[in-house]
Amino acid sequence: MRLEVKNLSVYYGKIEALKGISIVVDQGEIVTLIGANGAGKTTTLKTISGLRPVTSGEIIFDGVNINDIPAYERADLGISQAPEGRGIFPGMTVLENLEMGKYNRKTRKQEMSEDLARVYELFPRLKERASQAGGTLSGGEQQMLAIGRALMARPKVLLLDEPSMGLAPMMIQNIFNIITEINKQGVTILLVEQNAQQALSRAHRAYVLEIGKITKEAKAKDLLNDPHVKSAYLGTGAHEIF
Amino acid sequence: MDFGLLFSEFPSLTFDGIALGAIYALISLGYTLVYGVLRLINFAHSEVFMIGTFAALMASSNIMGVKIEDDPLSGGKLILTIVVCLVVAMLTSGIVAVLVEIVAYRRLRKRGATKLATLISAIGVSITLVEAFRIMTDSLPREFPRFFEKSLVAEIAGAQIRNDKLLVIFAAGLMMFVLDRFISKTRIGKGIRAVSQDEQTSVLMGININRVVTVTFLMGGLMAGAAAFFYVLVYENTSFRVGFFLGISAFTAAVLGGIGNIRGALVGGFALGLLEVYGSVLLGTAWKHVIAFTILVLVLLLKPTGLLGESIQQARV
Repeated sequence: MRLEVKNLSVYYGKIEALKGISIVVDQGEIVTLIGANGAGKTTTLKTISGLRPVTSGEIIFDGVNINDIPAYERADLGISQAPEGRGIFPGMTVLENLEMGKYNRKTRKQEMSEDLARVYELFPRLKERASQAGGTLSGGEQQMLAIGRALMARPKVLLLDEPSMGLAPMMIQNIFNIITEINKQGVTILLVEQNAQQALSRAHRAYVLEIGKITKEAKAKDLLNDPHVKSAYLGTGAHEIF
Repeated sequence: MDFGLLFSEFPSLTFDGIALGAIYALISLGYTLVYGVLRLINFAHSEVFMIGTFAALMASSNIMGVKIEDDPLSGGKLILTIVVCLVVAMLTSGIVAVLVEIVAYRRLRKRGATKLATLISAIGVSITLVEAFRIMTDSLPREFPRFFEKSLVAEIAGAQIRNDKLLVIFAAGLMMFVLDRFISKTRIGKGIRAVSQDEQTSVLMGININRVVTVTFLMGGLMAGAAAFFYVLVYENTSFRVGFFLGISAFTAAVLGGIGNIRGALVGGFALGLLEVYGSVLLGTAWKHVIAFTILVLVLLLKPTGLLGESIQQARV
């Protein structure tokens, strides 16, 4: 597995949201994309999963240019996303939400129950709430559901859009522990985060995105000590909160 | 106001109201399904129903060779005629609904047109179809043959049960049940629910939105076609303008129940059927449509979310 974004530009109307960014995600990595609100992080993920059209540049997945593959077929290629705001189907039960993760896979019962068991093992809370409507879950539980649902598709690469957003510190810690665990099980992850402290301490490599441009690319551990990143994204005293 | 008649005939009126409500409910499913998936009021849906009535008429005269002056049918021929007319009406309406979507809405959606543009397109399709049928029928209503002698078959708790209406209630109930199972249990049905709840995430799950939309229009059309056959079976006539009032009533039913909500459409359909029948006795049948319009206005003013559903205001862009 190798996901490569080359000189990607994306416009919203006349506004250039991404100005020729390049990113590489290799098998087994956690790569994080950090940046402020409006830097283009979510746009990057939406373009990779096909929700946003490419203006110029290339998205290459396993050596193949996927620019023209419609969004609904990209899930089948092995690109799964837990979207911004979690995207839970509120009127469906937790179990139905999880099953939607395998919508296009001709699945035998065997495979479905194996994958469910795997997700329930990572998120025992979801098993307890399997028959509850998705809309009744807490924010943290919804995030677990969004990640669990994305895992149901047996993704080659998992795109996570701000999994910590709106969660209590305890839950954030919990979610990031699980992200690390999922990665250890062999799932490659592209993680978009505003919580730079957590993201950089979990990821292997990192990119800093500022107003549609990649301004830094380095090992995540190195960026934790980078003076610019420290002042712009980590802030003083961030270590005391987490 | 004749309350005496309302009370003395209450059981029979209730039975009639349920039969009328079953027809409204079937039509309103089409409004609510499409609204759920596209957040669009498909104003051409009333014409999908209208075309269904003519399809049933064609099937009875051209396929089954039933003439107006014929004696009532019986036995196997009766059952076959009913099934053929029902199936032809359903398929015709289903196909028309899908074509309307492809011709009038799909390209607008692709270009990201505003909801208002699509709404205008819907009204345009509706007018086009009505006028086409007005010309083809020389603006005249058409009679529908009487398939079987209509008679009272039972009296339950004081209600006079007429055979044709009983058939309509039973058959419509069966269809609603099948549709409900289809939506909640099948893969494509779950796709319809998913798109209604979160379109963008549905795409991420691998759902082909265009396919879901086509199936949604097909389902709405099939139900409207069934309603069309039941309508001509009970009322024994149709015309190019039959869709207008039925459509408004069914749309009111969908809003009353909570548009976008399938069970809401059923609740709204039966509630409106009952209210119209009771109201017609109290105020006179001339007021029947006024009742539907008044309820529509009151629901929008007082409880825009309807009995079970989400807000209609999302439909206004």
